[in-house]
Amino acid sequence: MVEPLIYDLSSLGRRGVRFPEPDVPHTDLPEKFLRKELPLPEVSEPEVIRHFTRLSQLNHGVDTGFYPLGSCTMKYNPKINEQAARLPGFAHVHPLQPLETVQGSLILMHLLQEFLKEIGGFAGVTLQPAAGAHGELTGVSIIREYLHSIGETQRNKILIPDSAHGTNPATSSMSGMQVVELPSDERGNVDLEALRAECDQNLAGLMLTNPNTLGLFEEQTLEVIELVHEAGGLVYGDGANMNALLGIVRPGDLGFDVLHYNLHKTFSTPHGGGGPGSGPVGVAEHLVDFLPGPIVGIIDQGADDNPPLYGFLQPQKSIGRVKSFHGHFGIFVRAFTYILMHGASGLREVSEGAVLNANYLMSQLKDIYHLPFDRVCMHEFVFEGRWPDAPDIHAFDIAKRLMDFGFHPPTYYFPLIVKEALMIEPTETETLETLDAFVDAMRQIAEEAHTDPEILLTAPHNTPFARLDEVQAAKQLVFCCQVPEFIKAVEGD
Amino acid sequence: MNFPSELKYSKEDEWVQVDGNTGTIGITDFAQDQLSDIVYLEITLTEGESGEKGEVFGTVESVKAASDLFLPIGGKILEVNEDLLETPELVNSDPYGAGWLVKIEIADSSELDGLMNASDYETNTKERS
Repeated sequence: MVEPLIYDLSSLGRRGVRFPEPDVPHTDLPEKFLRKELPLPEVSEPEVIRHFTRLSQLNHGVDTGFYPLGSCTMKYNPKINEQAARLPGFAHVHPLQPLETVQGSLILMHLLQEFLKEIGGFAGVTLQPAAGAHGELTGVSIIREYLHSIGETQRNKILIPDSAHGTNPATSSMSGMQVVELPSDERGNVDLEALRAECDQNLAGLMLTNPNTLGLFEEQTLEVIELVHEAGGLVYGDGANMNALLGIVRPGDLGFDVLHYNLHKTFSTPHGGGGPGSGPVGVAEHLVDFLPGPIVGIIDQGADDNPPLYGFLQPQKSIGRVKSFHGHFGIFVRAFTYILMHGASGLREVSEGAVLNANYLMSQLKDIYHLPFDRVCMHEFVFEGRWPDAPDIHAFDIAKRLMDFGFHPPTYYFPLIVKEALMIEPTETETLETLDAFVDAMRQIAEEAHTDPEILLTAPHNTPFARLDEVQAAKQLVFCCQVPEFIKAVEGD
Repeated sequence: MNFPSELKYSKEDEWVQVDGNTGTIGITDFAQDQLSDIVYLEITLTEGESGEKGEVFGTVESVKAASDLFLPIGGKILEVNEDLLETPELVNSDPYGAGWLVKIEIADSSELDGLMNASDYETNTKERS
């Protein structure tokens, strides 16, 4: 089953829409702005609908099935979020409208900043960053700006545990920092001896993912933070795993100086192809002045008969803007809705459910899948996807076989510190029946790995496409079978 | 798994073949097996440039992971295996032959003493797998 490109469905002169005659005087566009060719597919409305509906049916999403992709928190996205985001007052605002006409939207952004401050234990929040890694870049830039402001310009070293998210080293490098990797100890925590050895006058900070990518709570978080602070560095928290902590621990209370949130993970906004993402950043008191601006705040307190006026404030020593306009506003509406729908106690239940579900799966499977760090986990855990007595089978094959059962594969081959890693995060939105069906599938796959390995090596069998060629996908970047004539014409110009 | 006895090995999984003052460097059979299918390879040091022992001289990327390449000994780059830019899979199919990465002029041959012989390296990989 191959779905053609929409360009291949094109037929010269076919129209999906017929514009009405204009009922106002019209002016022709100047000749120099007119294109001679407009390389768009010419298709009817039903063709467009059928094409994209068929493509969507080839896909797997949280609306079609279980999606235990570790580190990604693929929880269900409640439809009431979508309803709120479609309210005309939110959906039809323009970022350049006069402040007086968008007070509702500004109050929502202000409240979301306040909610995130409360949830994380921080003194200030920016909503601008467009994704988690963008939040990291913002946070590390804030750390660098702060250190420069106090004359500590030689501090250019960022420590990153080998159990951190893979984006952390990239972020630090992009910020012009030198990255030093810290090993984990035998319990999966940061190795404190290795940390002490790096605590010197060049230390700018440490990026800590907590829970880390093994799904484990850093048991010595307080010591780690204290060591870094004593050496004059700052601590960045990668909040991608906040789904384990809501209402239980506030990173700001632990001493983190900066943290980013992933609204598209923890706060149930669409993720992956459905995004866009949003990665607000929270900071402690001493960094508030360095936040990217503008920040939403009250610019006129008002009086008895007129309410306060919300607007934009520029932090004094701001690192500057990190996003055009004000961030992904539609995502703010969805996250705001999610937080209001749950309330404080509901958010705590979210994390309790996420941790319970992960521990349930882990306990049901650890007798047949090797668990290299055998501790009570947080919202996710990491198995080894290999057995000494089934030498041909890799984590990759287990992942592919899971698709035959209607499950999205877990994250595999990450974190790098576990061989043949399978990183499983069920989230709180799954029923016991779904979790049990996943356990059954995983047990059957383990059995097949030993009795009928071929069925794993050639999986998947029940999906619209069989096993794809990942090498070719990575190397051959132009993959459509033909380049349409009019695109060739444009490229030839 | 192949561990040719005439080569020297680093703990970062590079091999060196010494011929007079010239060292040919590549990644080991164990390394290519761990990485699986290699899809991209970049050598950042160019001909004539020098690098110290342990210095990053490029990156290798597979369908599983990306990894830095470290010089097992210091020296000046004499030649880069240009074939790998188009066909990085040679590192998978022939890691000790057509999949070599760079040739260098060895700066200090005493650095070779810090590398492992084949049997020590084989033991080292067993501990890590």
